[in-house]
Amino acid sequence: MFERTANGPKPARSTLIKRHSIATRLTHWVNALCIALLLLSGLQIFNAHPELYWGRYGADGDPAVLSIGAESGPSGTRGVVRVGSVTLPTTGVLGLSTLDGRPVARAFPAWLTIPSYQDLATGRRWHFFFAWLFVANGLVYLLAGVLSRHVARDLAPDRDQLTPRHLWREILDHARLRFPQGDEARRYNGLQKISYLAVIFVLLPLMVVTGLTMSPAMDAAFPVLLDIFGGRQSARTIHFITASLVVLFVLVHVAMVVLSGPLNNLRSMITGRYAIREKGSDR
Amino acid sequence: MTGHALTRRRLLAGGAAAAAALPLSGCDPLGQNADVDTVLRSAETLTMRVQRLLLGRNALAREFQATDISPSFRVNGTSRPGSEEYAALEADGFAHWRLKVDGLVQRPGAFSLADLKALPARTQITRHDCVEGWSAIGQWTGVPLATILGAVGLMPNARFAVFHCADELELTFDGSGRYYESIDLVDAFHPQTILAYAMNGADLSVGHGAPLRLRVERQLGYKHAKYLMRIELVQSLKDLWGGNGGYWEDRGYQWYAGI
Repeated sequence: MFERTANGPKPARSTLIKRHSIATRLTHWVNALCIALLLLSGLQIFNAHPELYWGRYGADGDPAVLSIGAESGPSGTRGVVRVGSVTLPTTGVLGLSTLDGRPVARAFPAWLTIPSYQDLATGRRWHFFFAWLFVANGLVYLLAGVLSRHVARDLAPDRDQLTPRHLWREILDHARLRFPQGDEARRYNGLQKISYLAVIFVLLPLMVVTGLTMSPAMDAAFPVLLDIFGGRQSARTIHFITASLVVLFVLVHVAMVVLSGPLNNLRSMITGRYAIREKGSDR
Repeated sequence: MTGHALTRRRLLAGGAAAAAALPLSGCDPLGQNADVDTVLRSAETLTMRVQRLLLGRNALAREFQATDISPSFRVNGTSRPGSEEYAALEADGFAHWRLKVDGLVQRPGAFSLADLKALPARTQITRHDCVEGWSAIGQWTGVPLATILGAVGLMPNARFAVFHCADELELTFDGSGRYYESIDLVDAFHPQTILAYAMNGADLSVGHGAPLRLRVERQLGYKHAKYLMRIELVQSLKDLWGGNGGYWEDRGYQWYAGI
């Protein structure tokens, strides 16, 4: 379809719609800041005791489900990650990394931790400050999301998006990097909705609750936390796994933003305006 | 526990600086900035207030079964105090050791190990959580601190119990490397707060703090001072060493260690 104006042929194929409310945009960026700082300070905290256990207790000498460390061998020192009985060489990044030109034995490298040097007390200070901000921001988002019907209207999958046939087509489309256009781009796609719901209502709350289960005072106030996760050390391990899943989500999320039109997506999360390109246009 | 007052201007300035912290290389100077540090520390007061509200005075830490006890319990911090005084005390099985209790009390006292063992004891199997992240479960037997505080009688202005220890974790000329800890009266009178002289059914080993250590079960491991020599009741923590209420607190760790 073409519209012609006095100035000649001009494609009127793009319309700007309002995609994100001010509450969504603000809480999105505060959340991004919190998750980044929680992750980096969390790795600092992990470095203080780079082993994970399952159950009620776990310390040096107890069987670990994961450990990151440096070990000496005939060919010198190397960094290793052990998961169960599997040992992976990770020299340079995990276990053994370079700081100021010298090899240093530390689980996560200096460029991934806050602060860069080993300082558990400061890492904890950053972690707990941004944990509070993260929770407060999350509550604002949820309150606004329920009151404005953002969750019900934008995040809950529509009936037609949940059929196996539709989801399968979406998986193929994603694999081919074909993204919805036209009217279909006015709503989130089914996979997008499912992953957002899983992150907002499962993964992030699990981060908070497993984090609280590591607090001896919270365990005294709510002993049921220990029963839910099978002990403080299990909760610590789940905290690490859920953090890894959040990182995985962020990587896929940012990849999708870049692949499906980075400027349009970024504009919509800053100004709220999102451009819909009409389907079947001949550009 | 904050270094200087938190005003609204400081909060905004520090918050804005912290928010600009995303480039990683920028975080180290920010972490050392006094305003940022004050803002970050403000969360600690909030944490303590909220946790105390949720806990109440007497919520108990979970107590476990004998089958849950860790097969090995890591010795952390000092494994044997280095002083000649301690060596002499250990040599005769702590027969000449006395726990001094003084400061803001009505009847300062000194308790021998036999005195303490003659008092009603409490035994509890609890989890020890190190600030580093590991946990171990052990059985502890000792005298509730409340019993001792009742025996000496607190002055009305006493607010903190300070635990002075025999071990020096960092060798210094002025003695500031001497281990000490402090708790407030909420934790001091908590039923699970005990002065433990036995672990897993045997006398406390030197590695775990012989002859006496503190157990304060709703807080992290560094609060559980070992090698107790003296309990001092004070109104303020400001005049003790670094003024933050403990060896690790003077080195940046949180005074309230419930998280």
